[in-house]
Amino acid sequence: MAAETAATPAVLYVDLHLVHEVTSPQAFALLRERGLRVRRPELTLATMDHSTPTRTAQVFGGAPIAIESAARQIRELEVNCAQFGVELLGLTSEQRGIVHIIGPELGLTQPGKTIVCGDSHTSTHGAVGALAFGIGTTEVGHVLATQCLLQRKPRTLAIEVEGGLRPGVTAKDLILAIIGRLGVGGGTGHVIEYRGSTVRALDMDERMTVCNMSIEAGARAGMIAPDETTYAFLAGRPRAPRGAAWERAVSEWQALPSDPGARFDREVRFDAGAIEPMITWGTNPGMVVPVTGAIPSQGSDAVFARALSYMGFEAGQPIRDRPVNVVFIGSCTNARLSDLRSAARVLRGRHIARGLTMLVVPGSQQVKRQAEAEGLDRIFIEAGAEWRESGCSMCLGMNGDTVARGEYAVSTSNRNFEGRQGAGARTLLASPLTAAASAVRGRVTDPRELL
Amino acid sequence: MQPFTTLTSCTVVLPAANIDTDQIIPARFLTTTTRAGLGAHLFADWRYDERGMPRPEFVLNRPESAGCRILVAGRNFGCGSSREHAPWALLDHGFRAVVSTEIADIFRTNALKNGLLPVIVDEASSTWLLANPGVEVTVDLAAGTLTLPTGAKASFPIEAFARHCLLNGVDELGYLLSRGRAIEAYERRT
Repeated sequence: MAAETAATPAVLYVDLHLVHEVTSPQAFALLRERGLRVRRPELTLATMDHSTPTRTAQVFGGAPIAIESAARQIRELEVNCAQFGVELLGLTSEQRGIVHIIGPELGLTQPGKTIVCGDSHTSTHGAVGALAFGIGTTEVGHVLATQCLLQRKPRTLAIEVEGGLRPGVTAKDLILAIIGRLGVGGGTGHVIEYRGSTVRALDMDERMTVCNMSIEAGARAGMIAPDETTYAFLAGRPRAPRGAAWERAVSEWQALPSDPGARFDREVRFDAGAIEPMITWGTNPGMVVPVTGAIPSQGSDAVFARALSYMGFEAGQPIRDRPVNVVFIGSCTNARLSDLRSAARVLRGRHIARGLTMLVVPGSQQVKRQAEAEGLDRIFIEAGAEWRESGCSMCLGMNGDTVARGEYAVSTSNRNFEGRQGAGARTLLASPLTAAASAVRGRVTDPRELL
Repeated sequence: MQPFTTLTSCTVVLPAANIDTDQIIPARFLTTTTRAGLGAHLFADWRYDERGMPRPEFVLNRPESAGCRILVAGRNFGCGSSREHAPWALLDHGFRAVVSTEIADIFRTNALKNGLLPVIVDEASSTWLLANPGVEVTVDLAAGTLTLPTGAKASFPIEAFARHCLLNGVDELGYLLSRGRAIEAYERRT
């Protein structure tokens, strides 16, 4: 809306503001304190995902939500949305789901939009060529009240990936390999553009997996230029433009990609053909190795030793065959229909290892219905997994879906920080294929052995 | 917001790199709907054992840390989630500044909005501070300097408008609201 000057940041107008129950209550309270209204309720959409139960009886059956503070937070969002006139896809809505899954699913996430949400994985929406990033609660309040944010121009980082991914290697493995090379702070201060033939060949679900984890390299936003894949994905979605408006929108979107020969502050290149199925061994997403590889034999500092001790691993040990107690298929990284299909591909006609717990949590209620229409739920249940209602669930355990102290979880989520999935829980991040294969064997498994 | 001008205080040192927001405040404490009282859960899993008893060896539980208002941490402090509960918890505990060679983007923005000063210093100053826990240092926001007990000064960058807001104890919302006319004009144009 206004360009930056030496004394003042740019004023950025927000085209879509997504709101959830965890990072909004204090922002609505600020509006109340100052006697302000929501400036553009029609550009604001709320849902609940972090604290929500995933057990059907608690979502639809009227059974009480186990965690009282979570129940209170859910009620507070209902009250805030009603009072401030914000549309809410509430607990029993058929369109509810993880906020970063429903935006694209509804067709609200569109190329060229500025999209913010009080959640760091807002970078997911960059997959359609939007500028999308996470903000804190104070800024949620700013956007509710003014539809604007103060922003300095970020630096630019091009990640160029060329070549074909090998069989059994997925978008999740690609982004884990990228974070492994950049490090968890390597993208700080930057917006990433993912480019190159590998990226162009990814479908939209895969592009979302890649952009989702930009923040795990420190970059607030990651984006992919819109193309025919993007338009085909958005066409006909309930809240995408229609008719003449669609034609007009596409012609505008076609002007968005970076110019040929555009210069970036930094450029990093990857060879897709060299990437293997990846899995994390440590306590941040940059501590990652090929599933066929070994835990590094030495690290640079005390952080390395601490990560090893937290995980109960030894330096130099192969990661393959490490025992696994829990497998989680879910989260805004990997809970779209194609992720569930890929886990089901491994589990079809097989059973999970004895003593192992497996949770499959679809990213949205729509994904859940589609998966059930294809019979994927039967494959999971017959394999011995639990099939739940949608939500963030075990990615961060706010709703009580947690991993017990000391246990090992192979998880398709995005963070393996200490205690992320529950106090003392040990997380290994991997693709849905690797997670499902590890569930079958009860040990860290190269999915290519089961495909 | 409380203005920030200068601050002289002892330091508390957490030398690890990449201290993420799940360590600063674990997700299970985020079901709150207010910002009060989060200091009790600051670094909860490092500070307390499984039974909720303080771990005596953890730096925040040591008597010499009491009253220290400056946290010195390893590279890339505050990475991970956008939870503003992280700076709220640090402030509620009594911290007013965090010093590191690198501070994660969203955490840094959230800190600035709440009067917690992110102080990004050069490698040598950071190394010295990490090796000398508990020393008294002075942060001068107007000058953009951190003065070590040796007399050495490290300068730190800070975005001009955020500095103006901190020095004067005003928040950005007032400025955004004052641009209402321009926002309306923009909305009419688009």
